[in-house]
Amino acid sequence: MATATTPSKPHPMSSRGWRKTRLVIGEIFFYLLVGLLVFALLAPFVWMIISSISPPTELASTPIRWWPENPSLDRYRALFLGPREGEIVPIAVSKFLNGMKSSLIIATATTLVCVFAGTAAAYALVRLPVPKKDGFLFGMLAAQMMPIIVIIIPLYLVMQKLVLNDTWQGMILLYSGFMLPTVIWIMHGYFQTLPAELEEAAMIDGCSRLGALMRVVLPISGPGLVAISAFAFLYTWNEFFMALIFTASRTKTIPVIVTEFSTQAGIDYGLMTTAGVIGSMPPLLLAFLLQRYIVAGLTSGAVKG
Amino acid sequence: MTATRHRSRREREDRILAAALLSPALLIIAVVTLYPLLHSFWISLHAWNLMKPKEGHPFVGLDNYIFTLTDPIFLDSLKITIMFTLAAVVIEISLAMGIALILNRKFIGRGIVRLLALLPWAVPAVVNGIMWKWILNPSYGSLNGLLYSLGIIDNYVIWLGSPKLALAMVVVADVWKETPFIMLLLLAALQTIPKDLYEAARVDGANVVQSFFRITVPLIQPVLFVAIALRTIWALKSFDLIYTLTAGGPSNGTSVVGYYTYVKSFVSLQLGRGAAVAYIMTFIVLILVFIYYKVLYRKVEY
Repeated sequence: MATATTPSKPHPMSSRGWRKTRLVIGEIFFYLLVGLLVFALLAPFVWMIISSISPPTELASTPIRWWPENPSLDRYRALFLGPREGEIVPIAVSKFLNGMKSSLIIATATTLVCVFAGTAAAYALVRLPVPKKDGFLFGMLAAQMMPIIVIIIPLYLVMQKLVLNDTWQGMILLYSGFMLPTVIWIMHGYFQTLPAELEEAAMIDGCSRLGALMRVVLPISGPGLVAISAFAFLYTWNEFFMALIFTASRTKTIPVIVTEFSTQAGIDYGLMTTAGVIGSMPPLLLAFLLQRYIVAGLTSGAVKG
Repeated sequence: MTATRHRSRREREDRILAAALLSPALLIIAVVTLYPLLHSFWISLHAWNLMKPKEGHPFVGLDNYIFTLTDPIFLDSLKITIMFTLAAVVIEISLAMGIALILNRKFIGRGIVRLLALLPWAVPAVVNGIMWKWILNPSYGSLNGLLYSLGIIDNYVIWLGSPKLALAMVVVADVWKETPFIMLLLLAALQTIPKDLYEAARVDGANVVQSFFRITVPLIQPVLFVAIALRTIWALKSFDLIYTLTAGGPSNGTSVVGYYTYVKSFVSLQLGRGAAVAYIMTFIVLILVFIYYKVLYRKVEY
């Protein structure tokens, strides 16, 4: 077989030279493609950032200006510190800071609830005697995929009955309910990869089951816990539909506020893109910092989109 | 004797512990999804119009379902949903596959490219919507600006002006957001394939296309399947992007089922009808989930 791979070459030098040229052209082509990919990934978002620092007159200029002559952070100042006196801005500007606070509180608390309740449930499903485990697991999967709109009307009635509309507790309850199946599903997969012998050894040494979970299992579950925390926070921060239906003046979250930058004169794209940039920062930072865990989590199966 | 008593005590303790560990999560899930899911079905069997409070909500059987399934606006939105889902999934999967194949090697800046690929995924869907709405703005948008200065178009295009073009633009925005995520998923799968397999295939005289279909596809099939199933399910449920980018328009040209349901329930306030549409949609999704689950489990078994 070895002879078949080395056919006789009549002009070894020229053939090698040609192969080298082809390799170089291939490399140039490859890096051009990578460059194109990076451009496609970044351009829309970078354009949003550029728009956010372009003064209104330059935003509405024809032909288009790719970089503002007089970049300004006025809109960022307006969103964080409030508009200048006499400046007419959409009402959403005054709600922006409160929205950031609301999103932060709701997303953080939901993440905590999901990590505690989800980890506990996933552990029970992996190691403890639970009747109809397969049914539970299918239920968790189906619950993740269910279109939220199917339950939104009864949910509205439930929230009304519990006096939870437009409250932080209400939103945390809702988001936990929607995120828990995903968290349980991922942690279930994660716990399955841990050897049961570890806890058994600890229990023979006199640890209770709960003690083994706390002292042996959780300390080595770091990567899984980080991944589910990141998913829970991102999902909650970015969620729009339920926030649109269930939040009002008190708890309106950033995604809802971002859509509200219109005045009688039309949509204020400058402020809207600014709000979009700021509102994307927490999830972006989280994704970039925890990249390693998130990509590992992605490959572990179902993930909320 | 003592051993069995000891074991049964341990079993009883384990069962109590299992209940204690499961109940907080199950309680929350039951209140937030299970009960509303059942109640929703009940509502879908009633005429319930908040605009006509005097009529109450009498039981109407399957009338809401029959109305929905014969409503031309619903059938249109179903058609639009299928077109959107098909276009988005096919483009995203093939594009992601192509990019993953190209990037599956060592190169300068690989880490940075992988990091940047997380950007579209992490950006909130609503922000994606307003971002593209601004890019596609007919007078000041950057897409018109770019294409005009490159000489590709002579006049500014109203991208969201006609139903077909608007739907295509929704697909573009969706492709930008979702493709990199699938690409990372497929890239991770590609990296588990040992390089010697390709080497061996080449020695045996297989070309690139043959080794792609005979080696790559079979080995990453489970991940490919997960990606296709998940994307299909999420695309069927699309709402945020449509709401912010086109609001279902122009002339209902981008009104997918998710948006149609929203309008029925929260704009025309016909709760019974809205619930029936939502149930039809859930039923379609559930069939897909079931297939997905079956294949996932087959994957685990071998």
